[in-house]
Amino acid sequence: MVFALCFVLFLTGLYCILTKKNTVKIIIGLSIMEAGVNLFLVLLGYKNDGVVPIIDRSTDIVHFLAYSVDPLPQALVLTSIVIGLGTIALGIALCMRLYVKYGTFDIAEIRRLKG
Amino acid sequence: MMNSILPLFVAIPLGASFLIALVSRKRKLPADIIANLSTLSLLVLSIIIFQARGVYKIGGWLPPAGINWVLDGFSNLFLVIINLISICATVFSIKYMKHYTGVYKYYSLFLLMTAGMNGVVLTGDMFNLFVFLEIASIASYALVAFGGEHEELEASFKYLVLGSLGSILILLGIALVYGMTGYLNMASISKAISSSGIGQVHIFAALLFITGFGIKAALVPFHSWLPDAHPSAPAPISAMLSGVLIKAIGIYSLIRIFFNVFGMNSIFGGMLIGIGILSMVIGVFLAVGQWDLKRLLAYHSISQMGYVILGIGLGGFIIANGGSLIVASLAFLGGLFHLLNHSVFKSLLFLCSGSIENATGTRQLKEMGGLLKKMPVTGTTCTIASLSIAGVPPFNGFWSKLIIVIAAMQAGYYIIGFVTILVSFVTLVSFLKVMRYSLWGPVSGILANVKESPVLMVLPLVLLALLCIGMGVIALPGVTEVVLKPAIEVLVRGAEYAGYVFSQL
Repeated sequence: MVFALCFVLFLTGLYCILTKKNTVKIIIGLSIMEAGVNLFLVLLGYKNDGVVPIIDRSTDIVHFLAYSVDPLPQALVLTSIVIGLGTIALGIALCMRLYVKYGTFDIAEIRRLKG
Repeated sequence: MMNSILPLFVAIPLGASFLIALVSRKRKLPADIIANLSTLSLLVLSIIIFQARGVYKIGGWLPPAGINWVLDGFSNLFLVIINLISICATVFSIKYMKHYTGVYKYYSLFLLMTAGMNGVVLTGDMFNLFVFLEIASIASYALVAFGGEHEELEASFKYLVLGSLGSILILLGIALVYGMTGYLNMASISKAISSSGIGQVHIFAALLFITGFGIKAALVPFHSWLPDAHPSAPAPISAMLSGVLIKAIGIYSLIRIFFNVFGMNSIFGGMLIGIGILSMVIGVFLAVGQWDLKRLLAYHSISQMGYVILGIGLGGFIIANGGSLIVASLAFLGGLFHLLNHSVFKSLLFLCSGSIENATGTRQLKEMGGLLKKMPVTGTTCTIASLSIAGVPPFNGFWSKLIIVIAAMQAGYYIIGFVTILVSFVTLVSFLKVMRYSLWGPVSGILANVKESPVLMVLPLVLLALLCIGMGVIALPGVTEVVLKPAIEVLVRGAEYAGYVFSQL
């Protein structure tokens, strides 16, 4: 069920990229899609009633292995959020420069390259 | 030895990149020196370890917990290609980038891209591959927009949106594979998949990977960004993008995942053959009508990547169907040899176009003419590269195309062989057009004062042209064993990858 919601988020982003004409909205679409995938990735490691995956001296290892959530996807998602931030910052910067050059955010009017 | 050298392939360009940004903000000279020294040392290192094999464990952690880098024949081949083209492009940049402002940013991004590509071909971990792929991609988005004019920004925006879409699909694929197997290490995934067999989720992940890496490699039908992005970048960057970036982050990852992680079967092989033929045919027919030199070259990149994917897909298809291993190795040889050749002659062509643009100020074929007389070295090297890509003997492109055709014929796929020859013919026609309009004929009036480019720009052209002439020898029996055989072995024995990695720990 939760995974289906992630997929809905993913498709919303894809729909946004495919149909919107505004450059900033396209970048927002990318961001939504990325959020969908990140959410999916982090949910893969989640367990109901799980415990935080940190070991200290008093931790019972057997209990820990059975109940702790998987920490690996969390590390991955952190990295991928940072990467996504870089992409989106660059995308927004490009949008601003495009606006300076063309005077518009509409991709239908930004088309000098064709053929 | 290998353990001390391997980290340097990422450390040197990464360090040099930040060093340039620190010390070279005011003057251009330190940036030139640092960038050229680092790419030169990378080339030397990649040749030194060409015969070396092994696994490097980052921080000493064993897989599947830690990240490991795997050096095998296939990675070695790509390391040499990447760093060879890098050094040619940085030498060319010294004079070419003179007219741009903020050259230190250019070199920083350039070296970041190199670091990313070296990382992609070395890593043995899926998520690590994604991270390096993004480093290389984001640097290349910024480099495409480097000129800062209307066309550059537009091309870069298109490239960024499609490229990020590809990355997100790849990340989703990695997440699915992790969810299915519980591993991120390629060797462990490969072992898990070979024991569980390929299920529906694996196929879905494979489709995501084909789409994602297909976008990165600009295979038809995911090619629409390439003809805009590659011509808009400065010439040395076009050479890097067309010459190595689409191969290192697109073709390499695709092949590594399909042959070594998922394991080849006839469905994947058939898909690769289909995409290859489609790219080959559509790319070349779109190229014939172009009048902008760099745009024409960019369309040819799509078409030539089709040859590579066709050769490798054909080999995989033959093996999966239980065909002869010799014919399959021949197909792999053709594909990999063409990949090597393409990076040499396509970077040469893009550098030539940069040299011509620098001297004449135009990229339109109709405004050129008689450049062979005015710019003898650029003209000659451009002729050699054009004949190579068109597949005229004795240049390197001829041999690799011939091997692909022979492999297709021997496997009994006569139609594929025929299509390959036809596409090669159309390529020849389109490059005769390039030569007819730009190099031969009378010198047009505006170009009367054109002079040959400076020595530092011509030097890489001559080096690459000599490679174009000489690389035919790689097809000879004694030489193939050393240069391409190790890489072919990795593909032929795709399923043994996991065993190889675990035996090297």
